[in-house]
Amino acid sequence: MSNKKKDLIPQVLTVLFIILVIIYFTINAQNNMGNRGISFGFGFLSQESSFDIAFSLIDYDGSYSYARAFLVGLLNTILVSVIGIFFATILGVTVGISRLSQNYLIAKAAEWYVEIFRNIPLILQIFFWYFAALRALPLTIDSINFYDISFLNVKGWYIPRFIWTNFSTFVYSIITAAILIILVSRYSRKQRDEFGKQIPVFYISLAILFILPFLSFLIGGVTLSFKIPELTQLSKTIYVYQGGVTIIPELISLALALSMYTATFIAENVRAGILGVNKGQKEAAASIGLTRGQILKLVVMPQALRIIIPPTTNQYLNLTKNSSLAAAIAYPDIVLVFAGTALMQTGRAIEIISITMLTYLSLSLSISVFMNWYNKKMAIKEK
Amino acid sequence: MHINIIKPNKENLTSFVSIGSFFILIGFADFIFNTFLNLNFTGFLPDTLSYLIPIIFGLIGLYLIRVEFSGNRLLDRINNNFNSSNFNALLSLLVIFSLIKFIPPLLNWFIFDADFAGNTKQDCTGSGACWVFVKVWLNRFVYGMYPDIEQWRINTAFFLLFFLVGASFFVPSKLKKYLLLFLLFIYPIIGFKLISGGDFGLKYIETGAWGGLSLTFIVSAFALILCFPIGMFLALGRRSNLPAIRYSSIGFIELWRGVPLITVLFMSAVMFPMFLPDGTYVDKLIRVLIAITLFEAAYMAEVIRGGLQALPKGQYEAAKSLGMGYWRMHFLIVLPQALKLVIPGIANTFLALVKDTPLIFVVGLLELAGMVNLAKTNPEWLGMAMEGYVFAGLVFWVICYAMSRYSQNLEKKLSTER
Repeated sequence: MSNKKKDLIPQVLTVLFIILVIIYFTINAQNNMGNRGISFGFGFLSQESSFDIAFSLIDYDGSYSYARAFLVGLLNTILVSVIGIFFATILGVTVGISRLSQNYLIAKAAEWYVEIFRNIPLILQIFFWYFAALRALPLTIDSINFYDISFLNVKGWYIPRFIWTNFSTFVYSIITAAILIILVSRYSRKQRDEFGKQIPVFYISLAILFILPFLSFLIGGVTLSFKIPELTQLSKTIYVYQGGVTIIPELISLALALSMYTATFIAENVRAGILGVNKGQKEAAASIGLTRGQILKLVVMPQALRIIIPPTTNQYLNLTKNSSLAAAIAYPDIVLVFAGTALMQTGRAIEIISITMLTYLSLSLSISVFMNWYNKKMAIKEK
Repeated sequence: MHINIIKPNKENLTSFVSIGSFFILIGFADFIFNTFLNLNFTGFLPDTLSYLIPIIFGLIGLYLIRVEFSGNRLLDRINNNFNSSNFNALLSLLVIFSLIKFIPPLLNWFIFDADFAGNTKQDCTGSGACWVFVKVWLNRFVYGMYPDIEQWRINTAFFLLFFLVGASFFVPSKLKKYLLLFLLFIYPIIGFKLISGGDFGLKYIETGAWGGLSLTFIVSAFALILCFPIGMFLALGRRSNLPAIRYSSIGFIELWRGVPLITVLFMSAVMFPMFLPDGTYVDKLIRVLIAITLFEAAYMAEVIRGGLQALPKGQYEAAKSLGMGYWRMHFLIVLPQALKLVIPGIANTFLALVKDTPLIFVVGLLELAGMVNLAKTNPEWLGMAMEGYVFAGLVFWVICYAMSRYSQNLEKKLSTER
């Protein structure tokens, strides 16, 4: 038997097996759906959903379609992921650097933070914050008061609502500032490479970033005012805060647990990255007369970031996937809204679960495509 | 004559250190009086300033005792580890003060003000934790709804497992292989039969009644044993030269890795039955086990692939030059070395698996965390959420921490590098 033939047999068997399994499943699914009187299709997405969602970034009520409900869930998932990623990064970098601190107490405290929060299941941490810690907050009538503009109680966190006029002008000013900053940094790099001139890019960028939006307020007609939540009495015993933005406790506990849990992994990445930079690199930089700040900024950090960023992106992805645990505390994310309520109402298991999984899958795949591109770009070009 | 009174040196060290220590002492004394005795000696100052007094005094004191190479070992050690700069001194003070402030109330809640005796919620009269709740529910937390008189079966199954694992360390290496095969293929069936019953005069106990910590162990152990070989074959498949096998492995791995476990469990609960012939019923627990196993196998595959890639090419070539075929090369030469390289990764996957088991609540199976959720909604035990979650967290923490420590030791022990 030739080598080619020998290679062919297992491949054909594998493909055959996969095809057979798919055919078997399809036939069964068709039979089952036929028995229940439903047919495969995505037409239900445009039907009226007739259920309410507790927390939504866009206009939504029961009269909107299932597709709209899906969008609400997706936006809620993205919202909690972005909040979680933001705080996890700050906390993770702080803890990671602290673990390398000369200060024994700080290093130990950071180590114990990592050991404690990494080894407790995330779902338990979410339960803890939601059912135990946040339930211990005071009732609406005696909320914790932050300087009379923001209130925290068992029903959630009430913050002022921003009321903009000509908001788009403000956004344009920020976009213009960003473009200007990119141009300035390009120009300064060119000046540095060609003439050896140093331009204080950082301060110029900072100035641009403040002046342009400020101008938009002065001449662009942009105004901003706040609407502070106010305590109103609905009935004899029921009080609510109205007028502001409500951050529901589900969101708070989910974001808190996600960021504290993921921060431990990011901290380990940061630590490994900084430790991974060869000591000789620092010594070499010092020997050519760079200052300590320059060494950190120009030599250590670029190399450490190359080690830190790939696994950290992975953690961001994990955080996004873990945000699906929201279903356990009824935060209306995509799993709860779509794979939960919508599925119960329509009974279309195959379509809904496939859409949900495909959403996560496309999110993961796009991030891994980006990662591969980044890794290629950042890989050390050895000669 | 040059007199330096600003900077401490060897001559005036004693006075600097004594003045510095005095300042530190004042700072600490003020803080401790404030916290424990509610005495505020600096109350005549504005509020914000009076809060900062201990830190200011502490900082001055620490500045005064910061001497390079004092010759005193204790002093040098303090300066190096806690007091190398003003910033470090501030951080040290903040950490110490917060420890003093938060540890005693925590201890009080945990132990000193907590209630241990009694059998009902009314026995909890202290201001601390009500451990009576955990005591009363402990049986449920460990065995779920499994009938009390049949619990010896779970114990026996786990005892057998521990016995076999323990024995594998002592039996001669010739027998070890058979023991391992027994553990991998025969034991899971025996264990499952023993716990579920139905034959040999054992009462049948449906999986819905299983629960608590023992279910956590059952799910993790089964998934752990099963996901390992599947992951190994997937990893080999992904590195295969045969395109059909490679692409189907890649597709399989990326599919599972791209979705959250909770959606996989949802799938096993509502979508999987649609794919089976009408009328077939697969037990809930079995469906969950399949879902978790496939999910973790994808992660395991990626870990093992890392090891396969890290192995020098020379090992493959040497094995081939000895005339070994694909399977012999992989099982005798490549995999033993590759697996050793990725022990930390394997351990992390196992840890993730154990930490993921509580998610089976979405299909209605209640392991430890789920049982706590159930117990805290019992009308007689309302308001016990904190105790329940702290207990469950503690149990999981001990398991996971021990596992991670064990993997670190194993890594050291198996390391053949000198």
